[in-house]
Amino acid sequence: MSEKQKKASAYWKENVRYLFILLSIWFVVSFGAGILFKEALDTIKIGGFKLGFWFAQQGSIYVFVILIFVYVRLMNKLDKKYGYNE
Amino acid sequence: MSVQTWTYILVGLTFALYIGIAIYSRAGSTKDFYVAGGGVSPLANGMATAADWMSAASFISMAGIISFAGYDGSVYLMGWTGGYVLLALLLAPYLRKFGKFTVPDFIGDRYYSKTARIVAVICALIVSFTYVAGQMRGVGVVFSRFLQVDIDTGVIIGMIIVLFYAVLGGMKGITYTQVAQYCVLIFAFMVPAIFISIQMTGNPIPQLGMGSTLNDGSGTFLLDKLDGLSTELGFNEYTDGSKSVTDIFAITLALMVGTAGLPHVIVRFFTVKKVKDARKSAGLALLLIAILYTTAPAVSVFAKTNLINTVSNEEYASMPVWFKNWEETGLLSFDDKNEDGKIQYVADMTKNELTIDNDIMVLANPEIADLPAWVIALVAAGGLAAALSTAAGLLLVISASVSHDLVKKVFKPNISDKAELWVARGAATVAVVIAGYFGINPPGFVAAVVALAFGLAAASFFPAIVLGIFYKKMNKEGAISGMVVGIVLMLFYMTKFKFGWFGGGTPADWWFGISPEGFGSIAMIANFIVAIIVLQFTPEPPEDVQEIVENIRIPSGAGEATGH
Repeated sequence: MSEKQKKASAYWKENVRYLFILLSIWFVVSFGAGILFKEALDTIKIGGFKLGFWFAQQGSIYVFVILIFVYVRLMNKLDKKYGYNE
Repeated sequence: MSVQTWTYILVGLTFALYIGIAIYSRAGSTKDFYVAGGGVSPLANGMATAADWMSAASFISMAGIISFAGYDGSVYLMGWTGGYVLLALLLAPYLRKFGKFTVPDFIGDRYYSKTARIVAVICALIVSFTYVAGQMRGVGVVFSRFLQVDIDTGVIIGMIIVLFYAVLGGMKGITYTQVAQYCVLIFAFMVPAIFISIQMTGNPIPQLGMGSTLNDGSGTFLLDKLDGLSTELGFNEYTDGSKSVTDIFAITLALMVGTAGLPHVIVRFFTVKKVKDARKSAGLALLLIAILYTTAPAVSVFAKTNLINTVSNEEYASMPVWFKNWEETGLLSFDDKNEDGKIQYVADMTKNELTIDNDIMVLANPEIADLPAWVIALVAAGGLAAALSTAAGLLLVISASVSHDLVKKVFKPNISDKAELWVARGAATVAVVIAGYFGINPPGFVAAVVALAFGLAAASFFPAIVLGIFYKKMNKEGAISGMVVGIVLMLFYMTKFKFGWFGGGTPADWWFGISPEGFGSIAMIANFIVAIIVLQFTPEPPEDVQEIVENIRIPSGAGEATGH
């Protein structure tokens, strides 16, 4: 494997690791908190919101937005580290 | 000034604006026409994507659907936003790096096969046509209610406007009109929501108002009040649904994956300059979409509580003016079954006397809350902006599929750029006329099918694209059989349970208890499995294709989108 290819595959590995972590959070807030564990979380109340219901109709969406911006930041840093930024 | 006058002024002004922008940014080349020249800024693209994405269904129907579905409505909220995470992380940057004009372009090149390209074109056309018919209908409904023309005339006016800027401007014209349309629609959605939030809870932020206490001095939380009202009338608690957990899970997944696989959304990310911009504009798009999507459930709660308070067990004769107005449109109807002159709005169908169309909750909300005339007119302009922007985006996908993927890539490879541009314009015109026809003569299945367009996109495109990027060894045999199995399975299930073909069936016969709306997730999994199994028995993709995959994984050197 050439130097260039090694660099590319190291970059790809780090990228996939980020994706795995971010998508786990994506899954937990929506399918986890908003659906599978909704009943249990609904016993907790914050203001007028039952927590499971809040995650399903509000919280998961806020987390989605944050996730993409975190991804943008992480990838910009990663691009710089490997010299792929332009 | 009356609502009518305000509506004419606001709708007239916004239409003049869209047409002005279209003339200013008309397309000069196929590259302008397909990808707006490839130089759109991340913010402009984010706004355009948001307007493209938020259709008449998001603007007019969604809050109403949630009003009546309560917790079950969460599938739309999570499904139609969560898909952007998949889009941003798994698709957009790599497709941008790949740098072509359309989704079938990617499928055709990555799977080195004309068959794959044609299968992708067919999938794109099925998905886009089902979707666009619903938009034209939405335009017609708004016209008929607010401008007192009949629905058909409304559809025709809408057709002419869309035709004008889609055919003239292509992607370039559409992008900048969508930026304007985003501003109009978000303003139109937020203003009444903020007014009503203040009225009911004293909190100007609807997202917080939804979880606040009522303004009436009782100290009761709004959601508790609504749960109480709902159970009193025999409905489920608002914050608790009636669908099974399995079905909610499946529908949410199908909508998310379908969102990420919709060609008219994906193609927007071909218009930015760099891979970095594609990531950023996906984030901005979701942020801009989230403003409406987190407000909508609040509007649902306000509107439902308001409605029950206004009508439940009240004298029919004492109903406010808006009640009579909406009765005339047929979206609201009262049938005094027990002849006591009062309105019984209850879960028991034999005793319920009030039928309410979902769409009313957003359209009539400002009237129910007694807001000024200009706010009511604003909602009309917003609804039109939402429907027109989505229709235009879809028409572009249809025209590019025909002119670029079929004519240029399959039938007539040596067609000149200029001739291709004219074919694209011609295809867009034909598509508008067909969409308009379905808007005027809506086949009964339109409403049912729009929701299923997501299932179709999930079952066909998503796995093929993701495997194309993340699985270097995936070959054409695997991808094609996966797409075919996915879309055929989805079409089979949807026609069986929605139209009663293949022996039909009731919800009791659903596979794994999953509704047709949620079945896209099963069909998607089938697509993945079939693709991977077929791969084991067929040759690896050629060396140069594997190099393409390695290349799209690296963000630098994206260059500009090209057709070659």
